[in-house]
Formats: sequence, C-alpha cells, structure tokens
Amino acid sequence: MSASTTPFVVSPGAATRDAFGIALRDLGHSEPRIVVVDGDVANSTRTEWFGQVFPDRFFNVGIAESNMVGVAAGLAASGKIPVVSSFAAFLLCNAYDQLRMSVAFPHLNVKVVGTHAGISIGEDGPSQMAIEDFALACSLPGFTVIVPSDEAHTHAAVRAMIAHEGPVYLRLGRPKAPRIHEAGSSLEIGKAYQLRDGSDLTIVACGLMTAAALEAHDALAAKGIHARVLDFPTIRPLDVDALVRASRDTGHILVAEEHLAHGGLGSVVAMAVGSHHPCKLGYVNLGNRFAESGTPEALMETYGLTAPHVVEAAVKLVAK
Amino acid sequence: MVTRASAPHASDGGPDLELLSSTARRLREDIIAMTTRAASGHPSSSMSAIDIMVALYKGGILNLNPSHPSAPDRDRFILSKGHAAPALYAVLAEHGVISHESLDTLRVIGSPLEGHPNMRRLAGVEASTGSLGQGLSIGLGHAFAGRLDGHGYRTYVMCGDGEMQEGQVWEAIMAAAHFNADNLTLIVDHNGAQQSNLLPRVIDYRPLAAKLRAFEWHVEEIDGHDMPAILRAFDSVRAVKGRPQAIVAHTVKGKGVSFVEADWAYHGKPLTASEQVRAFAELRGEPAPH
Repeated sequence: MSASTTPFVVSPGAATRDAFGIALRDLGHSEPRIVVVDGDVANSTRTEWFGQVFPDRFFNVGIAESNMVGVAAGLAASGKIPVVSSFAAFLLCNAYDQLRMSVAFPHLNVKVVGTHAGISIGEDGPSQMAIEDFALACSLPGFTVIVPSDEAHTHAAVRAMIAHEGPVYLRLGRPKAPRIHEAGSSLEIGKAYQLRDGSDLTIVACGLMTAAALEAHDALAAKGIHARVLDFPTIRPLDVDALVRASRDTGHILVAEEHLAHGGLGSVVAMAVGSHHPCKLGYVNLGNRFAESGTPEALMETYGLTAPHVVEAAVKLVAK
Repeated sequence: MVTRASAPHASDGGPDLELLSSTARRLREDIIAMTTRAASGHPSSSMSAIDIMVALYKGGILNLNPSHPSAPDRDRFILSKGHAAPALYAVLAEHGVISHESLDTLRVIGSPLEGHPNMRRLAGVEASTGSLGQGLSIGLGHAFAGRLDGHGYRTYVMCGDGEMQEGQVWEAIMAAAHFNADNLTLIVDHNGAQQSNLLPRVIDYRPLAAKLRAFEWHVEEIDGHDMPAILRAFDSVRAVKGRPQAIVAHTVKGKGVSFVEADWAYHGKPLTASEQVRAFAELRGEPAPH
C-alpha cells in the first residue's frame, strides 16, 4: 500500500500468461479439484505446463470453444474447479452464450482465463485481439473480473481466483509486462492498489496501462502535476471507496485501459464516480475501432496507449 | 452409496410395463394441465419426450434417490431441450423430488418452476437450459468428473431433433467419442417437428443414426413410445464399453392427443380449457365430450 516516490524504471518481468502457467501448475499440487479445459492452444496459454504435470486433469477438447465452456460447466457442477483457457477473443466472443447460460446463470465455479488480450498481442492482428472482453465479462451477472498488471500480481490473482467461490474472468496478455508489484505480493479481489500519491489528479489503470500510468506519473511530476496512481486489478467488484477518495482528494480521474471506450474500466469508474462523488473524468483507451497488425510497441503508439498519451490526457484533464 | 431407485416390478421380475404406461399417461395430463393453467409453455414437445423420461426415472434406469437429489454418485439426467421443462417437472414430481402441488406454479413469478429449467432454484434440475445445444457439453463435463473421481454414475442428456442443428452439439459428439466417454448417453427426441415447420422442411439432416455412427458412437434406434423398446435400449447402452451411446427415439410431437399430434403448429402453444377436457378424455379412453 505504501506509495513510492522513487522513479519508475521499466524492468521487464514475465508475460502475465507465463506467470499464470507457473502459478496454475504449482497450485495443482495443493488443490486437487483444479482441472484444465483447453481449446488446442495450451502451448500459447501456458496451461500445457499444468497438463504436463497433471495429464489426467487436463482436457484438450479441440478447436471448439462452445463445447469447451460447456464441459467446464459440467465439471464445475460435479465439484471440480475447471480453468478454461484460450485466447480471450475466441473464449469470450465465440462462447459467449455458453458463458452466459451454462456458467453465469447457474453461477458455477468456472475460472475463465483469456490470454493474448488487447492490441499488444501484435502482429497476428485484430482477429486475435480481444478489445471488448471487459465489457463482455462485466455483462455476465455474478462474474468477478480480474486484470493483473504484472507477473507478481498474476501469481496472486491465480491464487485468489482459485480460492474464490464463483465464476471469474482473468484477463492476461502476450508480451512481457513491466514489474510493478513486489514478488510475493498478494491480491485482494475488489481492492485497488495505490502505487503513487498525488493531489492534482488520479490515474486509474489496469493491465499493461498501469506501467504506462507510472511512467506518466514521473513525466507529469516534472511538469509540476502530481498524480495519484491506482492499479485496479479487479474491475468487478470495483473498489468504489478508493474512487470516492480519489475524487474527493484530487478532483480529476483519468482512466487508462487497453480496451474499447465502451463497457470497460472507464465505463464502470464513470458510473461509480457519477453515483457517489462526481468529479472531472478523462479516458485513455482504444476508442471505438479495431487495430491492425504491427509490433506491439508500434500498435500501442499508433492507437494511443503509451505513457505520453496518458501524460497528454492528464494535462488536458487538470486544465479543465 | 445411493441405492438404485426401486423400479415398479411385475410378477415376472421386470419393470411393470402397465404401470409405466399408465404413469406416462397421467404425466401427459400433468403436462397439459400445468401449461394450460400457465397459458403458455410447450406441451407437445413435452409429450413426445415423456415416455422416455418415465422409463428413465420410474423404470429403474436412473440411479437417483429422491431424498438426496445432489448425492455425488447419482446418475445425472440433463434436459438439454429445456422447453420440455413441463415433462421434467412432471417426472420429478412423480419421483418425489419436488411436490406434485408445485406443478400448479409453473411459470408463475416467485416459483422455481420457470419456463425453462433453472438448476439454481429447483432440486433435481441438473443444468439450466433453454438456449439450445448446450446440454451435451455439460453432460460430457459431468462424465469427465465422474471418471476422475472413480464414480460409476452415468450421465444422460436429452436433446431435441431440431436442437441437433446446433453446431455445439456436434463439437460435443466429436469430443465424447475421442475421450471414449462410455458413461455418457445422448437421447434424441426425434419428433420430426420444430418451431417453424416440420424438420425435413427446415434443415433435413436425416438419417441421424448413421451420422452418429460415423462419429463412432454406439447407436440404438427405437420407437420412443414403445415402453419395452425404451427399456431394452437403456439396458443395451449401459453394457457398451469404450464408446458414448445415443438412443435415437422416433417420437410423435403431442403424442397421445390426436388433434395435437396432427398439427405441428402446437409448438409452444398450450391447450385451451376446452381442448384440455377433450385431451383428457382421449388420454383416458373416454368418449369425447360434446
């Protein structure tokens, strides 16, 4: 919880999908109810590491996301803790009715892990990029939605997700994620983490955008603008108290996310702030468009998701 | 260990066929009465399926203790064609899992007997269905779990024949065969009619049994209203090792009431009060009222 004042130095940690693969494999020893349902992408989602240790508890049901989610629902209804994992775009978009009817409606204990989310997946292009997954997951009643920002928090998120009773969506990315949280950090579902304190505005971020927010914090400080930075690894349930404090203390909240403008972190923050303690709001996101192929760095730059974009939006917001 | 549900037995030691048939006739009345009372629902889709469900629950096939409908080693029955919920509710009441009086609350706000089955609200409902195509995948998940836990339970899933047009069903069919899920049985209520028209006029995928066999399933093809044939098919599939099994049951939508049988447009349409009187008379073999 302590807000550091030391400059943020980008230090590449593991990709969140890699941290997930290790954490899941490790948890498999202590929690025998965990089973994995894969849609033929285990070498990409890293669930193959679990499958190598626990082959009997690993089911690759082929390139068939609808069936994959249904099988997970049945496993959960019979007492297992199924982790169903694929690219977020295929898992949520292809199997949405199954997530809705077979998992959310009966509120089954299924853990839905979408990897390769956001535009930072890079060269494979828009067909593989989940940019609407927050909106879809948040539209499943009873779902918890977790978006860890780095390796350490992904380890903690996997532990929290398995310990939590009920359906969870965990969003993970393909590229290496800068280190933000200390190794061994815990993650409490529904809690925001204050990484920096400041009085002029609050930057609320999740996933890769948290690192961009920390870089922006330092650049803004050089301009005399002091930003509080809150990492929101849980989009649902939302830490409304942290938002109310931010609104009261800083009067401006800027929400940064690797997602479409509608239905994601920005939308839920705006609704919460508007209901409880209105203040001036700004947004950094993908807008209302698909991206394209390119390197992750080029895409984040072209589509407005880097630290300088956060700085620019922050300067505009505090001038309001 | 749950004891096998006791079946009604005739003097020769087998299930009492007369009793099963008369039970099915009574449950057809329940189906009609509850949907007519609710003024909505799918009686004809329930009536095509009810003989099979009576055989399953009351013919000594399904190992389900009505006092412990969540016992871990129970057999599972998933009604994937969720619009036949009245048939499921009628047979759950007959089996003693829910009360017979609760049938009067079908589709009434506050009642757990919703228009389509809701497993969160009603004991004995194994899956929340109503969006077609999802039950067989769920059943396969139960089959995997049973195998992992060393339980000998079986999972039965009933799909409609129109529902077999959903791609997800075939995803599950492929996977079940690949995983040799011999503890999984699919029952297709092949009544030949769907919402907008007769099945052959919508998407004619027949013959179904040949397609299932091509996917390496064991298939029994029967008259789904012939009680001895239904019981024989269930006995046969239980003996199959290494492969999932399907029972393709040729049925008649609205079976038992001639004016419903004759008109596929009864899909999703309850009988009126006067039609109910005529239907009950026909089911009971009484003269038609004037």
